[in-house]
Amino acid sequence: MSDLIHASAVELAAQIANKTVSAVEVAQAHLDRIAEVDGRVNAFLYVDGDGALEQARAVDHAVASGQTLSPLAGVPLALKDVLTQTGVPTTAGSKILEGWRPPYDATVVERLRDAGVVILGKTNMDEFAMGSSTENSAYGPTHNPWDLERIPGGSSGGSAAAVSAYEAPLAIGTDTGGSIRQPAAVTGIVGAKPTYGAVSRYGLVAFSSSLDQAGPFARTVVDTALLHSVIAGHDPRDSTSIKEAVPDVVGAAKSADVSKMRIGVVRELSGEGYQPGVQARFDEAVELLRAQGAEIIEISCPSFTYALGAYYLIAPSECSSNLARFDAMRFGLRTDDNGELSAEDVMRHTRAAGFGPEVKRRIILGTYALSSGYYDAYYGQAQKVRTLITRDFEAAWASVDVLISPTTPTEPFRIGERVNDPVAMYKADLCTLPSSLYGGPAISVPIGLGDENLPVGLQVMAPVMADDQVYRVASAVEKALAQQWGGLLLDQAVAL
Amino acid sequence: MSAISRDDVAHLASLARIELTEQELNDYAGQLDVILTAVASISEVAADDIPPTTHAVPVVNVFREDVVTPSLDRDSVLDHAPAAEDGRFRVPRILDEE
Amino acid sequence: MSALLIDFDEVIANFDPVLGLEVHVELGTASKMFCGCATEFGAEPNTQVCPTCLGLPGSLPVVNGTAVESAIRIGLALNCSIASWCRFARKNYFYPDMPKNFQTSQYDEPICFEGYLDVDVETDEGTRTFRVEIERAHMEEDTGKSLHVGGSTGRIHGADFSLVDYNRAGIPLIEIVTKPLEGAGKYAPEVAKAYVGALRDLLRGLGVSDVKMEQGSLRCDVNLSLRTSPDAPLGTRTETKNVNSLRSVERAIRYEMQRQAALLADGTAIIQETRHWHEDTGVTTSGRVKSDAEDYRYFPEPDLVPVAPSAEWIEQLRSQLPEPPADRSKRLRQEWGISEKEMQSVINAGALDLVLATIAEGADPAASRKWWLGELARRANDEGVELESLAITAKQVADLEALVQSGRLNDKLARQVIDGVLAGEGEPAAVADSRGLQIVSDDSALLAAINEAIAADPDAAQKIRDGKVAAAGALVGAVMKATQGQADAGRVRELVLQELGQ
Repeated sequence: MSDLIHASAVELAAQIANKTVSAVEVAQAHLDRIAEVDGRVNAFLYVDGDGALEQARAVDHAVASGQTLSPLAGVPLALKDVLTQTGVPTTAGSKILEGWRPPYDATVVERLRDAGVVILGKTNMDEFAMGSSTENSAYGPTHNPWDLERIPGGSSGGSAAAVSAYEAPLAIGTDTGGSIRQPAAVTGIVGAKPTYGAVSRYGLVAFSSSLDQAGPFARTVVDTALLHSVIAGHDPRDSTSIKEAVPDVVGAAKSADVSKMRIGVVRELSGEGYQPGVQARFDEAVELLRAQGAEIIEISCPSFTYALGAYYLIAPSECSSNLARFDAMRFGLRTDDNGELSAEDVMRHTRAAGFGPEVKRRIILGTYALSSGYYDAYYGQAQKVRTLITRDFEAAWASVDVLISPTTPTEPFRIGERVNDPVAMYKADLCTLPSSLYGGPAISVPIGLGDENLPVGLQVMAPVMADDQVYRVASAVEKALAQQWGGLLLDQAVAL
Repeated sequence: MSAISRDDVAHLASLARIELTEQELNDYAGQLDVILTAVASISEVAADDIPPTTHAVPVVNVFREDVVTPSLDRDSVLDHAPAAEDGRFRVPRILDEE
Repeated sequence: MSALLIDFDEVIANFDPVLGLEVHVELGTASKMFCGCATEFGAEPNTQVCPTCLGLPGSLPVVNGTAVESAIRIGLALNCSIASWCRFARKNYFYPDMPKNFQTSQYDEPICFEGYLDVDVETDEGTRTFRVEIERAHMEEDTGKSLHVGGSTGRIHGADFSLVDYNRAGIPLIEIVTKPLEGAGKYAPEVAKAYVGALRDLLRGLGVSDVKMEQGSLRCDVNLSLRTSPDAPLGTRTETKNVNSLRSVERAIRYEMQRQAALLADGTAIIQETRHWHEDTGVTTSGRVKSDAEDYRYFPEPDLVPVAPSAEWIEQLRSQLPEPPADRSKRLRQEWGISEKEMQSVINAGALDLVLATIAEGADPAASRKWWLGELARRANDEGVELESLAITAKQVADLEALVQSGRLNDKLARQVIDGVLAGEGEPAAVADSRGLQIVSDDSALLAAINEAIAADPDAAQKIRDGKVAAAGALVGAVMKATQGQADAGRVRELVLQELGQ
């Protein structure tokens, strides 16, 4: 039975479909695993055992009655606690939503359910998706399964750790500035940010509206692609949802053929601040791609150096507005309502008590960046820089099909190491921010261990709506390294 | 970009309806100053003629038909309200007229 | 609390008023601006809400296409330019009736801009046309409604807590803002009233809203400042809210002019503030002066995409606009053969649509005008309400007139029927029946009364026999009295003269 937790989503789905194993057994095996290890990992904020088994029973029933199943039917999944699920606690990692049970499902959740995916529970995250280490969660940090003293990345650290610790073969995270890709890189798994607008944001508790995207985690590129194709697609409830058809990400992942591709290495995403081990693994991965027939070209994207500045003005600005609704009036935490204090005071006190320091910092920063007299210099300027970054990408596409870089400059740092140094923390996103601001798709795939024997990831970025290209290249890398390693990078982790 | 003072932070906290302690006011002023310095680089960019981007994929005119769709069941809404009375959300006394 | 006021004529002698009017129109769409919740008036609290209009975490807005269409039509009818590309913006501020604590509105890119509406006002020199310039018309959403509980007045001050209903939150609003209205001088109150009235008629004609000021589907805020002369710089302005009728528009402006003039004459500066109009006491009072000027931190709404109406769509909408009110007034004036001044009276009384509706129900134009501008206008004035708020419909007026035309009622009896209809007793015919109102037209019954009157007043009778037919009046009067006004006076007179050989 313990083999079930090491199987891929593809394997599990096949075994369930041909009745080798039941969905209930699969779900139970994973619930058992969670019970066994999550006390140490703290990936989950809420385990929905009953709900999961009920969903699994429904899949088994469908199998028994001979219905055609979707490709991921019966496969368990961990859901980042930033997506609404009717009647299930949804906290977004914050005290201000402690106990809140939404009255509606996110579109992503509806699609997962329709595909027969079994949602095991809600995973831990940096509060309101603000962070790169999951240390900003109001419910304690999540621990990296590779080394429990280390961060699992953020803000989707819980989802990444769950997959990395074999608590689920699939997970959903959200990525605003790198919050899927960076956790994937530091936990040794695959994680992708779809093109902005490819996955509906309806039911996604908003952090930065023009950047947020839900996306898939898994241990293999094909599994990730399968999950991507379940959740992506136009949603009329999201005005920013793109209408174009979802590209064939699964086909691209399976083909893994990069022989005719031109791959750009971003000059600006290397150098100072990048650990030698990270750089070395990246350079080796570049050689692997070259060996597979891809043409490697160095590309300069000078505006990328402004991505951090632009992001840390745009995201806080949008979040300062998005988080205004947490005011103790309609839902969530309300403190100090003693009949004496005014609504305004109750709002002030509740927000002070309910939000953590990083959230408060970003709200203040965002309020500042939008305030009259400062808008042009800050938010306004940042949106112009965004255009420049977009132009760098578009210029690159004239000569290459994709761009690659390390996913993050360092191996996972220790819990507590950067908590008091916000700017050092922000630098974990240096590589992932440009494609977030551009809106194009990007993926992180494991490429080895660094000097501290901790995971390193490669990031692939592609043009807007060319999500299939990132899966194609990631798959090629994965395939080549699987031959070297005889399996997944995760096999090299010390068992929990 | 000028330094951000404790008083600036107090004003912003008031706009954002967050009560900050004296300690927080001072701490945040310092931290925000550091962050603003880090993001200051974007002011170097000559961007006068550059149009801002607000959306990654330029789409216009996304509309819905003017048809009624089901609303939420009132109980499901009020059950999770901090306080409710007579089918309405009960909120503490409001001071400022709007 | 009464403020010092200066006599209006003195105000005009010393100051030049500058006005600004902001009108909010609640559109009559079936669903809300950004979600599919119903917009029915009077539904049980919080039964027309969803994650979007409640601002629940994770919710998103989607624009109501009909609201956009209405916005464009309003702009076209107001001679505005229509933006070829515009966006929504967030206006950020906190208030418990605001689910998101920002309003999705439009900031520096309104969908309509640079228009005008011509309004006619009666002046000492005759009818004068004022061109009210429109700065912009834009789309936004309404807020929820709060009930303030505890305290004595049901108003905010002194309340213990509030109860909020979000049914209204998210209903589409169009905000129409004028440019500063200069040069109205002593007619400022009338110009403002005429503008709001004309705007209301135009909006009703477009069918975009039921524009009922007393129900809040048309709201008006009036801005006023005074300066020493038309060449002087603009003075400090106040904004007055809670102006819930055309009458209030005129009165509130007049009051503010007098109040501000008194302060300025006294050397006191005007505080830039929001004031509240009280129709019952006829004064404005100060709203809470905010120490922190609210900074709305506008930025383009990232959850919505731009609105870019095509030239084709705009032209199609333009071609389908109804006849502009000014053209319609002119046409009707000519059809009815009345003077400009008479037409203006109809418009000023807010009676034009009612008159037209009555004509549509079968009454003739002159009679329709007579009822609405005469008896009914008088009653509306007495009750302090708008004509259209009277509890009598155009059909009922037409039916009433039909009863007069058929000879069943005379004007005096008809007025009694109106009493009955307004009191809710039913339709005109039913009221006439139940109150026993009927002109006596049976000659024999009349003759009986006439002969009694002749017998009672032999002097008058003799005068008539002698040829002084004017004396018939006294006998007619006596018969009318005897029949409690239910005789046809004209017929009575004929019969009197006939009986007395004339």
